[in-house]
Amino acid sequence: MSLLAAKRLEKHYGNHVVLENLNFSVEPGEFVTLVGASGCGKTTFLKMLLGTEAVSKGSLTLDNQPIPNEPGPDRGVVFQKYSVFPHLTVLGNVMMADELHSSKLLGKSFGAAKRRAVEKACARIDEVGLDHALNKYPHELSGGMQQRLAIAQALMMRPRILLLDEPFGALDPGIRQDMHVLINRLWQEQQLTIFMITHDLKEAFELGTRLWVFDKTRHDPQAPEAFGATITYDLPISRDRPSTDLEEALQQGGLKTHTQETLL
Amino acid sequence: MKRLINLTPSRGGRWLLGLLPFLLLAMLYMSLSNARLAENPNDRLLPTPSNMASTFYHLATAENVRTGEVVLWTDTFASLERIVIGVGISALIGLVVGIVNGGIPIIRAKFSPLVTVASLIPPMAILPILFIAFGTGEAAKIALIVIGVTPFLIRDLQGHALRLPDEQLIKAQTLGASSWQVMLRVLLPQLTPRLLNATRLALGTAWLFLIAAEAIAAQEGLGYRIFLVRRYLSMDVILPYVAWITLLAFLLDQLLAWVSRLAFPWYHAGEGDKS
Repeated sequence: MSLLAAKRLEKHYGNHVVLENLNFSVEPGEFVTLVGASGCGKTTFLKMLLGTEAVSKGSLTLDNQPIPNEPGPDRGVVFQKYSVFPHLTVLGNVMMADELHSSKLLGKSFGAAKRRAVEKACARIDEVGLDHALNKYPHELSGGMQQRLAIAQALMMRPRILLLDEPFGALDPGIRQDMHVLINRLWQEQQLTIFMITHDLKEAFELGTRLWVFDKTRHDPQAPEAFGATITYDLPISRDRPSTDLEEALQQGGLKTHTQETLL
Repeated sequence: MKRLINLTPSRGGRWLLGLLPFLLLAMLYMSLSNARLAENPNDRLLPTPSNMASTFYHLATAENVRTGEVVLWTDTFASLERIVIGVGISALIGLVVGIVNGGIPIIRAKFSPLVTVASLIPPMAILPILFIAFGTGEAAKIALIVIGVTPFLIRDLQGHALRLPDEQLIKAQTLGASSWQVMLRVLLPQLTPRLLNATRLALGTAWLFLIAAEAIAAQEGLGYRIFLVRRYLSMDVILPYVAWITLLAFLLDQLLAWVSRLAFPWYHAGEGDKS
């Protein structure tokens, strides 16, 4: 049974068609990377998974149920920015999920429950390598450390799906490499299902098991809004094959899309 | 030669430069005062500093023969009590309404226009209504401060709540937060330092309303005293009282700033020492 499936999924704002004709099914444990030109609807798609944008037409199901129309703990998320709470320390940020869960009224736990939450959170923080910064506030952390924190925080609820919206877009190349190692390890250890938007095709090949290219298949120069983007290429990526081979394969297949021109 | 915008005074220099206008004003006052007093030793308009100091000392130490009260302290405590209660009530209402309005769109749609309209009513214009409704006691004065200050606080906090990045609200929901928990754990802690800041700005307005209300109907208070002695042209009381009120306002302001910096270090992270 597939975890997530879409059938003739569409999204439009009035007459402006953003996405059309999306059909796919994703199994648990897949790492899907999404690439495509800016403004082609990748983020809109992610927001539909998140539940902040409604489905216009067609179906989008999670575990054979229509996807909930608001964010919930089954879908974790890391944005490019503003993903952590500025008013909480590293420990507070990671503990938050646990505290919200165990104390419905106050959203804050005390005594034994608090000690348990701290313990759990510390283990998570260790995993992402922030154990030296437990009591620091996000503004005292570098960009890479903030994203590590955001990932640790998002994983506290053990979400079925982890959504990443260009999580490493604002980071330096060296730090980005560290983050790839981290996310790859977490993905394998915890058998996560991940959707990641990226502008870096190399990153998409390196991390993903499956690559989606979002692009428009039809263009009407008189009415550029009449047609939306869809998944033009759905490529399985094998881990053993180096990414350069795949790029070559793409080129040999004659996939000279707008996307490729902008990305490669 | 550096550009003007790149020239920064040293630490000591900044103090001296800050002090300079005060010294100039003091010198100007002294020369004017001396000139008037040379002409007429009984002039009351610009009393000498020593005259003001002795009057102020008298007000601060001499007990009233009949009641045993010391004028300055009775006035100060009465006024401070009113302003602290008034601003405290305003801050509490402002925080609660600001969070609920900022966090829940359905409620915002109902109350936001009301708050906007209410904030445009000149509070002084409804002071007579307050006196009629609450009598001329403490309640009317406190109510004037609350009515004058609360809409400003609500609008500021609501605006700030709406400016919080959506990402944070979404993130909280993906961590399993209910509406109540989002307000309690995301909005409340992020709006509290903002409230302290807005309250600092609103204090000036609060003093204005306080003194206006005291001037019209009171038995004691800083504003009452100033307007009382105006009849006798007692500038030797008025000027020290104005300075005293300014000092109190300054201390309240600094107290709030200090609490904010101490309790919410993350809020002040972006501020350099560009003072």
